[in-house]
Amino acid sequence: MQEERKVHIEVRDVTMAYGSFVIQRDLNFNIYEGDIFVIMGGSGCGKSTLLKHMLGLIPPSAGDIAYHGTSFTQASPKQQEAMRQRWGITYQSGGLFSAMTLAENVSLPLQLYTEYSAADIEAIVAYKLSLVGLGGYQSYYPSEISGGMAKRAALARAIALDPEILFFDEPSAGLDPISSRLLDELIIQLKESIGATVVMVTHELPSIFAIANNCVYLDNTTRTMIGYGDPAYLREHSDQAVVRQFLTRSAAAAEEDTA
Amino acid sequence: MSNQTPDFQLLTEDQDNYILSLSGEWVQGYEHTPFAELQAQLRQHRPGALTVDGTALASWDSVLMAFLLQCYNLCTSEHIALHTRDLPEGVIKLLDVATAVKPLDQSPEQQSPWWQGLNPVEVMHKITEDITESLDFIGEVSIAFVRLLMGKANTRFTDIRDFCYQAGPNAFGIISLTSVLVGMILAYLGAAQLQQFGAQVYVADLVVIGMLREMGVLMTAIVMAGRTGAAYAAQLGTMQTNEEIDAITTMGISPIEFLVMPRMLALVAVMPLLVIYANLLGIIGGGIVAGGMGISPLQYITQGQDAFAITHIMVGLLKSVVFAILIAIAGCQAGINSGRSSAAVGQAATEAVVTAIVYLIVADAAINILFQQLGI
Repeated sequence: MQEERKVHIEVRDVTMAYGSFVIQRDLNFNIYEGDIFVIMGGSGCGKSTLLKHMLGLIPPSAGDIAYHGTSFTQASPKQQEAMRQRWGITYQSGGLFSAMTLAENVSLPLQLYTEYSAADIEAIVAYKLSLVGLGGYQSYYPSEISGGMAKRAALARAIALDPEILFFDEPSAGLDPISSRLLDELIIQLKESIGATVVMVTHELPSIFAIANNCVYLDNTTRTMIGYGDPAYLREHSDQAVVRQFLTRSAAAAEEDTA
Repeated sequence: MSNQTPDFQLLTEDQDNYILSLSGEWVQGYEHTPFAELQAQLRQHRPGALTVDGTALASWDSVLMAFLLQCYNLCTSEHIALHTRDLPEGVIKLLDVATAVKPLDQSPEQQSPWWQGLNPVEVMHKITEDITESLDFIGEVSIAFVRLLMGKANTRFTDIRDFCYQAGPNAFGIISLTSVLVGMILAYLGAAQLQQFGAQVYVADLVVIGMLREMGVLMTAIVMAGRTGAAYAAQLGTMQTNEEIDAITTMGISPIEFLVMPRMLALVAVMPLLVIYANLLGIIGGGIVAGGMGISPLQYITQGQDAFAITHIMVGLLKSVVFAILIAIAGCQAGINSGRSSAAVGQAATEAVVTAIVYLIVADAAINILFQQLGI
């Protein structure tokens, strides 16, 4: 494809295991700069675990994950922390601090890692919240807003530091189709304007086709990745029936496969 | 460096049109003129239209965006038409996204001053409300208990067994420590006074009666309130957060029968046993101190036997049952009424312990006065 695209994240020979139970082995793929990359697969195949490996919350059992050619897995905790500052992360259930208002949630990373004045921070918080359509909600607590709004607020916190990479764990889980589409559009708009690389775990097919340009499919039975590339291309041309079936949401292919 | 500093200038194009010319590095680390200055200038000149010119802009990040958004909001509220010229494409895109949704018109919440909380009428109102709520809860628990006796309640006995284990054997260590020490403290306290009359031997009476009737059960109850009461509140509070209590309710099961009863029954079953254990250790602790003061173990035991009476034990055990019920009620009520956030669960645990201790002290005083009147 395009050779000029620069590799942003490299996943090399990663094996994921809990104790002696191997979830996935031999994962090898690249995520390029500016990609919207989707990690997909059936329930329990280790999507979220792979994301946690990439975030360094759990070290992988084997293999290496590198950002811009620098190994993250082998970096010292201090280096890892420095690398993490360039990332924005939203968690499956938002991960907003329930005891803090939205403004406090968004300003926390700004206070920790930047030298902005208090007035600047206040203005930036207002701007970040406006970006996700929550202008004026500064003094609300996460419990006082709806689930979709909480997801967007979490996104505002994730982009507080203008990250290079945005990680999403199931961004549209539990949202109605309209909210979920709006969130997708928001992700694309933000990605285009701040030029970040997006990595997300999801199995919302509309989302995948609407926004992703690259993806990896983790298979439950063979315990490795069996699809890598543009999801729209994989849907038509994957040599794996399971991947085509997943992407077309049909049960027929699986039966054919086993028959 | 002057060309590097982020700056803006308000220029007049003609009578009604102004140009806001941005220059320099609008990025983190450079001090820029506060927005309030521009706000003052705009309010002064009241232009009909404002054009933001980015020709001299060197670089930008969120600082500029925040500034522009403030600018946009001001222009909207002051009815000034806003145009842009030569702004980077990213800036325009982001500004579009940021202004796509109208900000919520937020009337600032009326923060009541702190002394409002001291208003005696409000304080009384709150206390009455708390008492009504507690009575409600006690009523529900009583109904559940009656249903349990009639065999109609959805209480699982396996739960009771688990809670007994949590409340009982796991608490041995801390109960041992506190009760031995309380016994010793009682003995020291009494010995210092009794020595003045040469009646040291009566230390045994003091320790035995003190432990059996009062200190053994009160100390155990306070430890259990901090240990088990708080745990109940945290468990139920987390269940509330996870919507488990909602699930139980919609299954047609009363949360009181399913969650509160087993906890309470377990505590009622375990507390008397813990109290007997605490009494024994307390009396031994008192004996150690007495020994150090020249009272032989035999003397201590003989004297203690004289003071020992079944009534004293029964008083202690009766209190232990009452206290167990109160601890369980305080803990479970705080947990079930907890809010649905991490902060609320913490608050519930605190409330459980504070309420339980207040209940304990009040109930202890009431029982003592009652028994005094009855001559028990």
